[in-house]
Formats: sequence, structure tokens, C-alpha cells
Amino acid sequence: MKPILEIKDLQIEFDTFEGISHVLDGIHLSLEKGDTLGLVGETGCGKSITAKAILRLLLTPPAHIVSGEILFQGENLLNKSEEEMKEIRGRQIAMVFQDPMTFLNPVFTIEEQLVDVILAQGRKNGSGNREKRLDRNQALHIAIELLREVKIPEPEFRIKSYPHEFSGGMRQRVLIAMALSRSPQILIADEPTTALDVTIQAQILRLMDELVQKHGHSVLLISHDLGVVARVCKRIAVMYAGNIVENCSTVQLFKRPLHPYTQGLLNSILTFSKREETAQGIKGMIPDLIQPPSGCRFHPRCLSMMDICQKEKPPMIEFEAGHWVSCHLFKK
Amino acid sequence: MRIFRELPRWREERKGQVRDLKLSIYTLSRSPLSVIGFFLVLFFFLIALIGPWIITYPQDITGAVHMDQRLRSPSLAHPFGTDEVGRDIYSRVVIGTRLSLQIGLIIIFVAMGIGVPLGILAGYMGGWVNNLVMRITDIFLSVPGLLLALAIVGALGPGIKNAMIALSIVWWPGYVRLVQGKTLSLREEPFVEAARSIGASRFRIIFKHILPNCTSPIIVKASMDMGMAILFAANLGFIGVGAQPPEPEWGAMISVGRNYLPDRWWMATFPGLAILVTVLGFNLLGDGLRDVLDPQSRGQIR
Amino acid sequence: MEKILLEVKNLKKYFPLKKGFFQGDKGNVRAVDGVSFLAREGDSFGLVGESGSGKTTVARVVLRLIEPTEGEVLLDHKDICRCTESEMKELRKNMQMIFQDPHSYLNPRKTVFNSVAEPLVIHEKMKGRKLREKVETLLEIVGLKREHMFRYPHELSGGQKQRVGIARALSLQPKLLILDEPTSALDVSVQAQMLNFLESLQKRMNLTYLFISHNLAVIRYTCNVVAVMYLGKIVEMGQTENIFSSPRHPYTRALVSAVPLPQAEQPEKTILLEGDIPSATRIPPGCRFHTRCPEKIGAVCKEVEPSTRFFSDGSQVDCHLYPVSASTD
Repeated sequence: MKPILEIKDLQIEFDTFEGISHVLDGIHLSLEKGDTLGLVGETGCGKSITAKAILRLLLTPPAHIVSGEILFQGENLLNKSEEEMKEIRGRQIAMVFQDPMTFLNPVFTIEEQLVDVILAQGRKNGSGNREKRLDRNQALHIAIELLREVKIPEPEFRIKSYPHEFSGGMRQRVLIAMALSRSPQILIADEPTTALDVTIQAQILRLMDELVQKHGHSVLLISHDLGVVARVCKRIAVMYAGNIVENCSTVQLFKRPLHPYTQGLLNSILTFSKREETAQGIKGMIPDLIQPPSGCRFHPRCLSMMDICQKEKPPMIEFEAGHWVSCHLFKK
Repeated sequence: MRIFRELPRWREERKGQVRDLKLSIYTLSRSPLSVIGFFLVLFFFLIALIGPWIITYPQDITGAVHMDQRLRSPSLAHPFGTDEVGRDIYSRVVIGTRLSLQIGLIIIFVAMGIGVPLGILAGYMGGWVNNLVMRITDIFLSVPGLLLALAIVGALGPGIKNAMIALSIVWWPGYVRLVQGKTLSLREEPFVEAARSIGASRFRIIFKHILPNCTSPIIVKASMDMGMAILFAANLGFIGVGAQPPEPEWGAMISVGRNYLPDRWWMATFPGLAILVTVLGFNLLGDGLRDVLDPQSRGQIR
Repeated sequence: MEKILLEVKNLKKYFPLKKGFFQGDKGNVRAVDGVSFLAREGDSFGLVGESGSGKTTVARVVLRLIEPTEGEVLLDHKDICRCTESEMKELRKNMQMIFQDPHSYLNPRKTVFNSVAEPLVIHEKMKGRKLREKVETLLEIVGLKREHMFRYPHELSGGQKQRVGIARALSLQPKLLILDEPTSALDVSVQAQMLNFLESLQKRMNLTYLFISHNLAVIRYTCNVVAVMYLGKIVEMGQTENIFSSPRHPYTRALVSAVPLPQAEQPEKTILLEGDIPSATRIPPGCRFHTRCPEKIGAVCKEVEPSTRFFSDGSQVDCHLYPVSASTD
């Protein structure tokens, strides 16, 4: 079955004062329908840029998409016009961001913002037919039901509040409600719980889990927190310095991490278990992407580095069923 | 010899600052108008500096009268023409530059000297000190600048010195406002809290932590203000209460030249152009500096 | 047992809420509402809680960056809240703080050298070569090189900035180091290094840590004693391993259960709390956790604030689920 979203050999460059930064080095990624994929990596690995690139939210310049394709339901998003992208954004592919406060307009009530979003549905939908125009009352009703679905208590009253009257967790629920209001095919969530408290994070993650089970969205969850990703996603892709180094199921990642970076990462994270061993770091620093290391970008920090690692970038191969890795240590 | 040994290490250490300077220059050069402003201001300072060496009739600056050469239109001998008592307008405009520079600098520095300390004091101390200072400042700000200056000069009597006093008084409240606001926001900054935690006294915090972080907006304001201060001084000169004849002040020159329009156009036009170019230059430079010094816009270049 | 270095007794900090010109006081934000604990020399004492728990406020009061409303803070048996300004300056040498966000805790206009040197200049009036050598030593201890000395904060990475903050805090050789979320702003791979470094530093320089975090994994990794805070009070306290492996208080249980574990098998059920954290301006009556508690007993939880129950393993908990009379387990 064809994946609902497929990124092929995407290369993106950024203009900076010091030179051109090669932020994405030809990545391949695919998301199956109904699947939950986690994109994990540290600062500067390119995960947020990937998400923005999918929705064509990058400013070009200073960003430049050098090559590659982003196929949504078989069609290349990079070839679409701005008009066509407007139809897709929010409608077919919705995005939830990290900090809910900056994405809600503080001078309008939740009601006004949600209803606006729903009313905008009365335009051509994906298949080109005009939907019946909703009036304000119907839209309000839908909005209240949406809030109920994201478990906001007493939604008919709370909907009249302003964003600052909501807590962080509630605002994030509103954003999720907004994102899901148009029944998108794909939900992209960029660090959706990073700014939230632990217990609230647990609530939001459970909510996302339930909604996804119920409605069957495909989800791309971006996070630096492997724990969060492990909770929600069935598959995980690990990114380092603009490359995807490993792509496999959650079980495979923790049971048998292949790539040295993944192993290093797993060794670094604190597992909240009884303190037996010390957590290690990974020696070295994240490379400068203006002059990235040759060959495999991880080689300067890799404990298993071989000669070839400096010369050639390793191809992505399927080591075992569903377990892809990009490393010279592994041959097909 | 020690210098040569130290130099490479010094350069290494200052590498970051050199880079920052390059980034600033680059940012400034991105805006053509700012570059124009920069060069206009540079030109202004240059003329003020070498003035006495490039004028053709030094004696015309003060006092000299050549009734036989009065009201001549621009020619090779007198590029800007002559005025009603035969003085070379070109020489007077050039020296007028020097005068304007002095006026501008004095006004701005006095205004900063009063306004900045008051602003920091008000912002950092808060409470009744803040209220007192700000209300006094508000009173001054509520009167239109030129009117206030006129009133003060009216009380003190005409003349350049009194005009400068008057304009300094008009200008200092603006600095209080600016610095007080910046101090208020800086006071809450984490690094100020960190300074308190290591035992820094209030004095130290104000001078070493708050003041250095205020310099950017002050510089921007000062560069814009230079142009405006010079303009206001010219206004006072024009009305007749600033510089008095025979001082070669641009405003005073226009005031006289006005009577000879439109036939003897050169008498008012050239001083007027000088004012225009100067004020424009400072404004453009100030705008450009704001973009350079504002950390937000710098980030966008990345 | 080691001797007690820091003792906090019934600490309260209320912030008054003003409601406009005519109405005057409208009550208080009870940020810290009766907190007592002690830390012994060499301890790594963890204070864990979510937003509104008051842990950050406790840190600031201990350092006397803000004045307490009530209560005592004893450093080496001396009550710092009763000290004069000059006594305080002397005492500040003994306790320092490392702040959360390294990006804003360094003066952007000061070089690394000046930032690290500042405490030495203020307290010891050091200058010239002696000062320079001391700063170099400090930078070496935290793993920075000489070339970093004249850099400005914006030229450094997050981890490096954090180290500058640590160097500055160490310059006066304090006994107590308060660490407020020192690794939250750092990348995962750097976090581990920083925590390992902090641990070796503690041993090397004989420090006592008061470690504040919302991240339970970090606390478990670093601290031997932990106190769990909720809405201004400590709800459970004891040896870290005991508290986290068998938590007693329902809030601690929920907190522990909520930590997303980076592992393949995910727990079947996580304890989910109802609703949001109440505002500190409207603290629920009785046990302040009762509005969200999945294990409330009944009326007693709504009406009576639970007293502290002690256990034989040194733990304590404030919860009606447990009998008041002395230790059981």
C-alpha cells in the first residue's frame, strides 16, 4: 500500500551570514496511513525544518529546497501553488505546535477562533465539491462538541473564555481541537508537550492516543524526548545533523538499536530506573552544518568509525524487516 | 617586543568581537538609505573638522562688510553667492557646519548627562522616586518642544548660549523616558537577579549591569536627536532668538535671506539645503543604527 | 551522620494580590505555605514539583533573593532571615545558585572573564594577575579553555554558558549550591555529561546540593534525598530510592506514573489526574490535592489538612490514607 506521506531525498539549504548551511542532507521518510511515526533528534538535527517543509512553511529565502520530493497521497507538494497549499494546510494536513500561547490570538475568545476555523470549511473540500455552507450556530455547536472531545470540562461555558484564562494544558487541547476540526488526514505535532508539566503531558499524550485510535489520523510526532515518542508512536525515525540515521518500529529501536548515534543517545538518556550505571554522553559536539563532516556526518563522534565513513555517505538499507539504518557497519 | 608576542593571542581572544563588528557593518550596508545616511553624517563631520582650511573668505565669518559686493549671485568666486553685506555665503555655510556640530553635541550631551542618570535612578528605585521623576518629566514633555524653548529663551534673553541651555532643557526628558523604560525591563532580567545572588551592591548593578545594556537605544536616540537638535537650533535662529548676527548660523542666515526671496534666492537656499542634508543624514543613520543594534533584526540575517 | 548544613523551618512566602485602586488587598498567592526540611553536608537534596509547586520560590528565599513571610532558614545554624545587610554579604559567600536558563543568566555585555571574576572582585577585591589566575583555574575546573575567557555569552553554546555560571558560583568556595533546573535547557546528550560533572564536582569540592527540578529522572539520577512539592507544601519526603520505587502519596504516584519511559514496553495504565493544577490564589481547602486525587477517602480529605506521618525508613507523607500514629510500613 502506498504511504500517505512520502519524503524522497529532500535537501534543504539555509543562507546564513557565515555561509550556506546544509540543514537537510537528502532524507527519506514515509508515513503509512493510520500510522504514528515519531521523529526524534537533538537541537539542530533538522526535525522541525522537515515538518515545516512538508507544509511549505519555510521562508524561501533564506531557505532553499535544493532537491527532493514530498509526496502527499502521491502528489508532490513542492510543485503545488500557494493556492493549492492553502487548501491542504490545516485541512488535509494539520499541525500542532509547541507553545500554544503564541498560536492563539489573545484578543479573541476561543469561540471566535474555533468558529472561524470551522466556518472556513464551507469552501471546496479535497475532491473539489463545495460543501454546504454552515451558519454560525451550527459552527458553534460543532466547536463545543470538539472541545468536549478534547476533554475540556463544561465546554459550552469555557468556550467563551480568552486564551489567557486557560492553562497551558487546556490551550494545547484547544489547538488540538482546532487541528482536528477539519478531520485532516495527517496530524503533525511539533514538540506538543515540551512546555507542559509532567502530569499534564501525560493527559495530553493519552488524549492524542485516544483521538488517533478513534479517528484514524496518521500522525507525525516530533520530539527530542524519546520517552514521549515511545508512548505515542509505533515507529520511530532518529535524525542527526540533517540525516535520518535509523528508522524502525519502537520495539526494534529499544530492543536492538543499530546506529552508533542511536546507541549513544539511548545511553545518554536517564531512564528513571534504579540508578545502577552512569549515563554516558556522546563525546564531541553537534557539527557545524556550514562545513559538515565529509561522508557520514556522525563519523567524528563515532566510536566505531572506519576509513570509509569519512569518504562516503552510507546508504539507507533495510537490515531486517521494517528496520532501516544508514551506517557502513551494516550491509544488506 | 612583548606586543608582538601578545598580539596573536589578543586577536584570538577578540575574534568574537571582530566578527560582531563585521556583522554590524554588513547589516548596516544592507540598507542603502542607511549607507547614505552614514556618508552624509561623515561628510558633515568632515566639513566641520576641516572647515577653516577650505573657506575662501575667512574674514567674512564675523564682522567683515563689503558693501560693493553685496547680493551677488553664485559665481566662481562666490559659489553660493554673497549676502546683503557682501559676505561670502559659502564660507559662512561651511563654518556654520562647525557651529551646528558644536550646538548639536552640547545639547545632546547635556541632555544625556541629565536624562540618563535620572532615568536609571527612577527605573531602578521604583516607588515614589520613580513617580516623582516621571511626573516632572511628564510636565516637561507635555509642552511642545519649540514653544518651551522659546519660553526659556524669552526668559533668559536671546543668544546661542541661552538657546543651547533652552534646548538641553527641552531634550533631557526624552532620555529619562527611554532609559527609565529600559531600566524597568532590565531590572527583571535573570542576569540582574544572578548579580544580586553573588552579592553585588545596587551601585554595582546599576553601573555594571544595567547601564551597559542601555547603550544601544541611547545611541540610536542620540543619532536621531543630533539632527533634530540642530534643526531646532536653526528654528530658534530663524525666529531671531538663537544665534545673533553676525554669527554664521544656518537658521539666522535663512531668517535674513527670507526677505530677499524670490530674486536673491541663494541667500536662503544654501543654508536651507545644509540643514536639510544634515538632518536627513542623521535620521537615516539613526534608523540604520537601530536595525544594526536591535538584536532581533540581526538574527534575521542568519 | 553528617552534620546539618541547611535547615528550613515552616517557611512561608505569600505574595499579596492587589485588586485595583479602591479594593486594596484581595488575598494572597500562597506560593510557599509551610515548608520544612533539612539537608546534611554532602547531601544532594532534590526538590521536585510542577508549576505552582513553589519549589523555585523556596530556592529564592533560601538565598534570600526574596524575603520570607514567615519561618526560618538556618545555614550552619545561623538564621539568615534575621541577618543584616553586611552579614548577608558575608553569608552569600557560603551559598550560591546556578540558574535555569543559561541564556539569560549571564550579562550579555560581560565577557566570560568578567562574569566569573565578578564575585571575586566584589568580595575579595582581587585584581590583576592574581585574579586572572584564579579565573583560569575556575574555568579549568568546569572544563572550559583559556580561549573562552574573552568570549561573550552569545558566542557560547548552552552547555558552555551553564559552565560559566557554575564557575562563577564556585569562585567563592560556597558550601551550599542551589541548582535550579540546571539541565532543562540542554540537549539530551549534554545533560548526562553535565549531571556526571556536577556529581564529580560535588565530591571534589565538598559541596551540598539543593537541586530543583520538575524532571523526575534527573532527580532520581542525582539526588539521595527528595521532597515532592505540590501547591506550596511538601507532600512527601525521604530517601530518593524509597520514594520513587514505592511512592505513598497519590500525587507522587501519579507523578511517577506520568514519566514517559524511553522503552519498548509501555505501562498498561498510567494514573491520570483529573483537571489542571489549581491556581495558587485559590488553594483548595482541606488537603490541597483532593480536587485531583484519584484515591480520596471522603469528607476528611475535603475539610482537614493532613498532618505529617513518619515512617521507620525516614520517609514522611502528608496524606489521610496513612495512620497518624508512629511508624508502620
